[in-house]
Amino acid sequence: MKDSKKIYWKGIEQLANSPEFVKHAHNEFAPAPTPEEASGHNRRDFLKMMGFGMAAVSLAACEAPIRKAIPYVNKPMDLDPSIANYYASSYVNGGDYASIVVKTREGRPIKVEGNALSKVTRGGTSAQVEASVLSLYDNSRSRYPKIDKKRAAWEDLDAQVIAKLNEIAGKGGQIRIVSNTILSPSTKSVIQKFIAKYPTTQHVQYDAGSQYGMWKANEESFGTGMIPTYDFSKAKTIVSIAADFLNSWGSSIENTITYGKSREVSESKKDMSRHYQFESIMSITGANADYRSQIKPSQEGAVAIQLYNLIAAKAGRATVSGSELNVHHLAKAAEELWANRGSAVVVAGSNDKAVQVIVNGINDMLGSYGTTILPNQPVNFRQGNDEAMAQFVTDLGGGKIAGVIFYNCNPVYDHPMGAQIGEAIKNLTLSVSTSYKEEETGVLTSFIAPDHHYLESWNDFEPKRGSYSLSQPAITPIFRTRAAQESLLTWSGEKNPDYFEVVKENWRNWFFKGQTMDYQTFWDKCLYDGVFDTDATGGGSVSFAGNVNAAASAIAANYKTAGVELVIYQNGTVGDGSQANNPLLQELPDPITKAVWDHYVTVSPKDAAGISFEESKTKLATITVGNKSITVPVLVQPGQAQGTIGVPLGYGRTEAGKVANGIGANAYPLVAMVNGSLSFGASDVKFEITENNYQIAQTQTHETYMGRETVVQETTLAEFQDGSYVKDKYAPQINTWKQEDHKADPEVMTMWKNHDYNIHHWGMAIDLNTCTGCAACVVACNVENNVSLVGRDEVINRREMHWLRIDRYYSSSASVDDWKGLEEAAENPEVVFQPMLCQHCNNAPCETVCPVAATTHSTEGLNQMAYNRCIGTRYCANNCPYKVRRFNWFKYHDNKQFQDVNPAMNTDLGKMVLNPDVTVRSRGVMEKCSFCVQRIQLGKLNAKKERRRVADGEVVTACAAACSTGAIVFGDMNDPESKVSKLLQIKPLYDERKTVNDKEAMNPRAYSVLEEINVRPNIFYLTKVRNKEEAKA
Amino acid sequence: MSSNSRFVPLVLETDTSFNMIKNYLHSACKSFLFLSFLVLISFSSYSQEISTEPAAITAGGQIFNANCKACHRVQQKLVGPALAGVEQRAPSIDWIKRFIKNSSAVIASGDEYAVNLYNEYNKTQMTAFTSLKDEDIMNVLAYIKSEAEKPATPPPGQQTGTGGTATNAGGGSEYLNVILIGMVIILILLVIILGFIISSLKRFLDQRPLSEEEKEVVHSPITFSSITSSRGFLFIVVFIVGALGFKTVINGLYSVGIQKGYAPKQPIAFSHKVHAGQYEIDCKYCHIGVMKGKSATIPSVNICMNCHNQIKTGTNTGEGEIGKIVRAFNENKPIEWVRIHNLPDLAYFNHAQHVNVGGVECQTCHGPIEEMDVVRQHSLLTMGWCIDCHRKTDVNSKGNAYYDKMVEIHKEREGKNPMKVEDIGGLECSKCHY
Repeated sequence: MKDSKKIYWKGIEQLANSPEFVKHAHNEFAPAPTPEEASGHNRRDFLKMMGFGMAAVSLAACEAPIRKAIPYVNKPMDLDPSIANYYASSYVNGGDYASIVVKTREGRPIKVEGNALSKVTRGGTSAQVEASVLSLYDNSRSRYPKIDKKRAAWEDLDAQVIAKLNEIAGKGGQIRIVSNTILSPSTKSVIQKFIAKYPTTQHVQYDAGSQYGMWKANEESFGTGMIPTYDFSKAKTIVSIAADFLNSWGSSIENTITYGKSREVSESKKDMSRHYQFESIMSITGANADYRSQIKPSQEGAVAIQLYNLIAAKAGRATVSGSELNVHHLAKAAEELWANRGSAVVVAGSNDKAVQVIVNGINDMLGSYGTTILPNQPVNFRQGNDEAMAQFVTDLGGGKIAGVIFYNCNPVYDHPMGAQIGEAIKNLTLSVSTSYKEEETGVLTSFIAPDHHYLESWNDFEPKRGSYSLSQPAITPIFRTRAAQESLLTWSGEKNPDYFEVVKENWRNWFFKGQTMDYQTFWDKCLYDGVFDTDATGGGSVSFAGNVNAAASAIAANYKTAGVELVIYQNGTVGDGSQANNPLLQELPDPITKAVWDHYVTVSPKDAAGISFEESKTKLATITVGNKSITVPVLVQPGQAQGTIGVPLGYGRTEAGKVANGIGANAYPLVAMVNGSLSFGASDVKFEITENNYQIAQTQTHETYMGRETVVQETTLAEFQDGSYVKDKYAPQINTWKQEDHKADPEVMTMWKNHDYNIHHWGMAIDLNTCTGCAACVVACNVENNVSLVGRDEVINRREMHWLRIDRYYSSSASVDDWKGLEEAAENPEVVFQPMLCQHCNNAPCETVCPVAATTHSTEGLNQMAYNRCIGTRYCANNCPYKVRRFNWFKYHDNKQFQDVNPAMNTDLGKMVLNPDVTVRSRGVMEKCSFCVQRIQLGKLNAKKERRRVADGEVVTACAAACSTGAIVFGDMNDPESKVSKLLQIKPLYDERKTVNDKEAMNPRAYSVLEEINVRPNIFYLTKVRNKEEAKA
Repeated sequence: MSSNSRFVPLVLETDTSFNMIKNYLHSACKSFLFLSFLVLISFSSYSQEISTEPAAITAGGQIFNANCKACHRVQQKLVGPALAGVEQRAPSIDWIKRFIKNSSAVIASGDEYAVNLYNEYNKTQMTAFTSLKDEDIMNVLAYIKSEAEKPATPPPGQQTGTGGTATNAGGGSEYLNVILIGMVIILILLVIILGFIISSLKRFLDQRPLSEEEKEVVHSPITFSSITSSRGFLFIVVFIVGALGFKTVINGLYSVGIQKGYAPKQPIAFSHKVHAGQYEIDCKYCHIGVMKGKSATIPSVNICMNCHNQIKTGTNTGEGEIGKIVRAFNENKPIEWVRIHNLPDLAYFNHAQHVNVGGVECQTCHGPIEEMDVVRQHSLLTMGWCIDCHRKTDVNSKGNAYYDKMVEIHKEREGKNPMKVEDIGGLECSKCHY
């Protein structure tokens, strides 16, 4: 990426452009040393040494290398080598939260999974939560405290910081603690102690993905500033005005779970929610909507007003003034909202309190409060105050502040006024950063007091009122870091503080009252569960007192539809950019754009029509808002509203580490303050296409449907309810002379003998209705199975190694040869997400073509892959109809070439994350999904050890465990009581055969992908049901 | 598992596989017995009477071997006193229970008998066995009583059960020897007969009128050089040498990477012969992971120190080697043992599956470990070796509900043929390679 305004330099010589530098710059390669120069060795020496070396190597090869086995001196009680331990903990990154269970092996965390005991995240995870375990082993972490960029001892740092604090306090100077949202009540108590010691201190919270507008609106409407819990599972009609609530808005994991519940259909629950989305970019939430309408970011307020007026007319309330827009489906949405009042919900993504007040008014009329919106259970994920932060920046620039402690935050990068903050840090008497990584802010502060990574720390959290959780260290601190809370306590005068004791004492004071057990038992139980819930739900009802008229006029005054409009958003991979240096996230294809390792600007197909692209390459474009501009490549995005562009946040890191540095441009500076809060949209943006070509690495380019009805099957809710979709379901027939009508079911003719599955028959069901495309499963699979990361260039060469991919299909109702229709559909297509992995076919085409029997079938229904037997003919991949086999073109481990993109296999620190039960594959072999056979084997062994059968739910694949909505169900199809058997209504294929054999799914929604080739997969998909009147897009 | 047969060398050089099956059967039966005893134990009620039930005695034996045997014998004074007659000697059964659970507390309480005992044994403190329940201790006492009443154990060589196995196996090779001797006798007879034929032919020709030349041919002596220069002889020699050479090369190629017999020098001259052989310490006392997980685990130093807190002088090496353990413990420095059994990274092997679930004896793969001063790799550890065993070994399915359905289906299909590991997918790639 080249930013035309920036100058890149490697050292002072380059910046100063000294003659010496210029001389070397002209010679690409340093000249080879002459024999005299190079310490006396000549060609003959080289030959001699090589000869000796060869002889030594061949001699040494006769003896096997000596391997050491080093036991503990004092083995910890509950730790057994080769047996995994699990600890309940909490993932927290800024204001993002998930209750988790950490899997450790020999004291190293290697996998993170959801904690089902949590009432907030309920066992759900996200791609970022799953990936966070690799951030623990990030090579760019701070390894020790620093003073003025030099390594220092903690005692020296403490002494100097305390001296400076006292100096400031003595002069009456101002001190600020700047942080992201702090969910931890104990941390807040520590900050209070610090403030008590230095009374001029103020605590400023901000969030990269701010929701301050909503907080403010609720304060105006109900008297208390808060963000309520949204329970989408109770909603029949969901209207979202540009809120990406499945990805980055509110309690997104919880939203995904409750939304999934409302989308679930079965024979016994034949109803589902209807979801309307009004947005500019194609968001993950929008992709899941039944009706999606395109609006411009400046129209969000106007749409809200119009919806308010439509409903107010029905409710008999006064309407407010607003411009009339012609927005598709808006009237229909209003009708249904009103019809379903009490089980309807409207959400808006706008960070403008005026828009949120209007939306509150709508929800008030619909009776959503207390049913779908729970204001008595506020969530604490976004406590950032944009106005306070802006005031802080102003004060900082004006020299009113003497000392700042940046508490685990990085505002220089992720705050729109980061550049001003960066400038002002230099003039401070005291500047401290406590982040576990230096990053853009840390490199500017004079003191770095690194905190532990969250997997190394004790802490407590209150993600939601009444729901508490703990985090406990799953590994001893790898580096010489110290809990940031302990740093604050030390600086406020405590000697050798122990934050663990602080948390434990606080919990005794806060929660122990009324418990029947002794405190240690209570504490152990909380720690074991990871969570603790109180019944502190507070007042139930709220009364709306917002001023909608004032809000409407504020909207009219603040937004003008003009020119090209910009949306700044968080995509489904790097999010707000705080974990951008995590290669698992960089190589994760974005659910919508499928771009990896690249930044981009999304442009609608119509707007892109004028741009001349060369081959598969694209052009770089410059986006200018006010006096700030960035240059990023153009990505044509179906579904993007015409006249708008979208830029994801999270790129353009400069100090994040080798993985993220230099990818894309930082979009935060383009964010402006509107009506007292950050506005992630802009009007009248200058959008210029440059002449420079660029290629974006994308794993799946946009394709239209084109008659692949066998891959994705869908129906409408009406057809599902009356059962008529069954007769339209794709039932392939093959031609044969045997039958009278020369047609037959594909399964009657087969080249394969059927298998007997006497023991287990592992199978999977994937519900296309509840899959939201969030891609947590993809990351979970990567971490569990040591899947190699290959980097941008290799992805462009189509050599990504992911075992599980999510195919994103756009669709329209236009027929295959109706080109014009298809083109129109690309403007606003329907979207289907389909997780695609090895289908473990019973009649596997790959098995029959392997010349060395490296891929074979097991008696449990698995298609097995023996890496060491594989000779790399790649016939199997060639013969796989699902294209799920991956070939190791390179040795991705211990290979300098992949050091920067695949640190998990190339650096000592990164290697700690590898799963020791799964082979790291070498060059030249084929690999693919194994149905997590290591987990199957472990589950079986545990059952055998206890002399019992395997219980259902005991063996779960990594992808199924990661799925928040439960769209992926894995289990034993031989067990009629298992969840997967019941869901699919499994029946043996040939009843007359005595032994247990291939299965058929009798659930009318179940189908196999590419049924006509009769490979009989052990993965069944459940037909997607859209809650639409007609099948058209 | 009876302690008597456990360390008897079952594996003879001549017929290993036969014995291997024997061994498996043994262990399978033994685990079954063990299990049924466990069930019995859970039902047996608590009493102060020392039981004479065989179930209690066997269960007590298990506990004794796992916990007590490191320091105590029934008939013999070791680190601690010989335990025969302890139930009469000690103040009360209750006292024994208290002492076993926490000896130092009893001593500290000033109990006279305990203090005398403590002083008598050089102030050696007995480990506190808090995990043992009252009925466990009663079972141990039952075991001690029954052992004390037994006549002195005969030396292992005279064991009837395993001795029988040895004779059987020997019988097989003797049969082979008879055939060989018979063949040699037949060959000698053939040579004698051929000699007779030659001499009678000579005599017959001598009676005929023959020319000088012909006489020379008949009477030409069979010399060494005439044999060695014959074409047939040369062909045979070349063929044999060629074949032997070829076989050596092939064998050599097959043995690449095989470390059978590998017995590296270890940082501490630890002897399994002393620990497992002489003192009959249960393998699982030190290798604690063997029933739980993939690794049997090399014992951590604190396990060594359970005994070597007291035992400072070794049988073979005096104080030097044990001193190394104490030093490692005091300096908190791990001991860097040299790994002997190196499976390739691509193969997954789990001890719990084989020892806990399968009931395989340690010796089946590790050989007569109780006779080794320096441990060597006993088995080939090749895939062929693994598969061979999976083909021949019956599944240890008794009392394990996991296998119930498989056994049922197998019976339906195969009738009385035993269910081998192979029959339930034991030869499939993904069982070991993933």
